[in-house]
Amino acid sequence: MQNDVWVVADHAGGNPRRITLELLGKGRELADAREGRLVAVVLGHGLLDLGPAFGQYGADTVVAVDHPHLHAYTTDGYTEVLSALVRERAPWLVMVPSTAWGRDCAPRLAARAGAGIVTEVEALWLEDGRLLTRRPMYTRKVMGIVEYVGSGPHLAVVLPKVFPPAGRQEGRAAQVERVEAGVSEPRSRVVETRSLQRERVSLTEADVIVSGGRGLRGPENFALLEALAAELGAAVGSSRPPVDSGWVPHDYEIGQTGKTVSPTVYIAVGISGAPQHLAGMSGSKYIVAINKDPNAPIFQLASLGVVGDLFQIVPKLTEEVRRLKAQG
Amino acid sequence: MDVVVCVKQVPDTEQPIRVRPDGSGIDDQGLNWILNYYDEHAVEEALRVREKHGGTVTVVCVGPPRAAEAVRTALAMGADEAVHVADPALEGADHLAVARVLARVIGQLRYDLVLCGRLATDDNASVVGAALAEYLGLPQATAISKLQIGDSLATVEREVEGGVELVKVPLPALFTVERTINEPRYPTLPGIMKAKRKEIRTLGLADLGLEPGEVGAQASRVRYTRFEPPPRRQAGQVVTPDSPEEAARVIVRFLQETAKVL
Ligand SMILES: Cc1cc2nc3c(=O)[nH]c(=O)nc-3n(C[C@H](O)[C@H](O)[C@H](O)COP(=O)(O)OP(=O)(O)OC[C@H]3O[C@@H](n4cnc5c(N)ncnc54)[C@H](O)[C@@H]3O)c2cc1C
Repeated sequence: MQNDVWVVADHAGGNPRRITLELLGKGRELADAREGRLVAVVLGHGLLDLGPAFGQYGADTVVAVDHPHLHAYTTDGYTEVLSALVRERAPWLVMVPSTAWGRDCAPRLAARAGAGIVTEVEALWLEDGRLLTRRPMYTRKVMGIVEYVGSGPHLAVVLPKVFPPAGRQEGRAAQVERVEAGVSEPRSRVVETRSLQRERVSLTEADVIVSGGRGLRGPENFALLEALAAELGAAVGSSRPPVDSGWVPHDYEIGQTGKTVSPTVYIAVGISGAPQHLAGMSGSKYIVAINKDPNAPIFQLASLGVVGDLFQIVPKLTEEVRRLKAQG
Repeated sequence: MDVVVCVKQVPDTEQPIRVRPDGSGIDDQGLNWILNYYDEHAVEEALRVREKHGGTVTVVCVGPPRAAEAVRTALAMGADEAVHVADPALEGADHLAVARVLARVIGQLRYDLVLCGRLATDDNASVVGAALAEYLGLPQATAISKLQIGDSLATVEREVEGGVELVKVPLPALFTVERTINEPRYPTLPGIMKAKRKEIRTLGLADLGLEPGEVGAQASRVRYTRFEPPPRRQAGQVVTPDSPEEAARVIVRFLQETAKVL
């Protein structure tokens, strides 16, 4: 067990979400290198067919803890169950997705289990038998290389979209081990969840992001970006001024005080490219910038920079994409 | 309602930050050090709680001697008291070790509420808050955007994927705050003058009965081996198309042929 790699699953009713597949992909590679097993740890209530759901993405084993108190995430419930499992089974590496619950739980789990923790991980590799991670720091102006000390367990909180998702292997199933665990009544209680669910993909999962800045001038103009995003199957984000001006909610914000995203393409519209904004998006594979100021700093890192008026270009771009799709 | 706020001093992100040529750290020459952005929000929230419910606000900081400046800023905003743990043996301490030091200090204070920033903008770790809650045995909620104090219960809001959660947490508790929770006040001139006269209780590990082996580099489970500049992005092209139509075609071609997302 000293060589096992665990992925604590982000899932919807027992179905792994995309970030879980990304962790399983990287986890498989590390487990193979260590000749350990890849274990998906699934907490929830009323969990059904987990063997194929996780096995087809590379897990050897699913450790499932099913309890009414685990129906939704709570700090106490997850920490209690995970720390008991980690203590008892001593995995080598535990990978936790960098989601709201992952970031809430992981430090507490590390403290309770006495595990070294690295957060905002965007690379993980073995070097002479040591496990190393890379993480962005100082508004992404610096990359820190961190090494785990000792034999484990090591805890890594991994950013979304930094590893490709595990490929699907039809017919492969994991062995499912259901663990009976007592779970104490959690001290805090979620009394309500107000959904901000938008129709399209979430920002952190999206392959393409269309993002608007102060150049949009007002809330109504975000409709231009929504229309383009709809054609591209993209998510819509923003820099900070549109949030501070109340044009869009805070969960749109990308940057140091918002989200960190790494889509395949980030389309920055009317965004100047301040360091605090770059902190959240300069890990994108390609950056397209539309800005009327040829000296905007965003052009220094854009893969494609287009100098011009967004109010003229964006509608034409939406039209052009639509036309292309119609052609098939 | 006695509130403890944990604060950290960080380099201002407005300025360039460079890695030392040997990769051993960042070049700290001429850096401007400030109170961590999210901690300003935490101090502000503590002051609002005091204004509404009475009590005291105590600032606790772990950091080198220069960090006293950030503590002063929090005092100038209106905090009542301050404790600063500075000890050379803490060089190389990981986040869990820092949390253990904070827990030792706070364990000796009277408090109903502990507030931290959601993260520190130097290393973005988001570890100390929740780990501290664990060491203190407190319930927690991280990245809260709203705080309402009731009798023995706090009601908080936190942003999660696709929504906002309303959570009831029994007090005493620890919360880390999101920037949307409030708009921090600026220190006033009288506030700054008053802060200069306030005493900052400065402690070393020995004063806390802690050994370097418990909280220093030797006790750390992770270690920075080196620092690198971010990977260089491949230089792109900047074009000034003749018409919006032409601009649209250039972008579509890029999305199709280079990025392959269409
Ligand atoms: C502690 C701290 C944290 C911060 N965190 C964040 C963060 O998380 N995210 C973030 O984004 N910012 C953050 N900021 C703010 C950041 O410093 C910048 O102020 C912000 O990113 C600027 O946003 P912008 O590019 O949309 O606006 P501006 O800098 O005002 O740029 C607007 C751009 O739009 C262009 N434009 C205007 N009209 C048009 C048009 N018709 N067509 C084409 N282009 C046009 C202009 O040329 C300009 O380049 C933070 C700041 C601080 C101090």
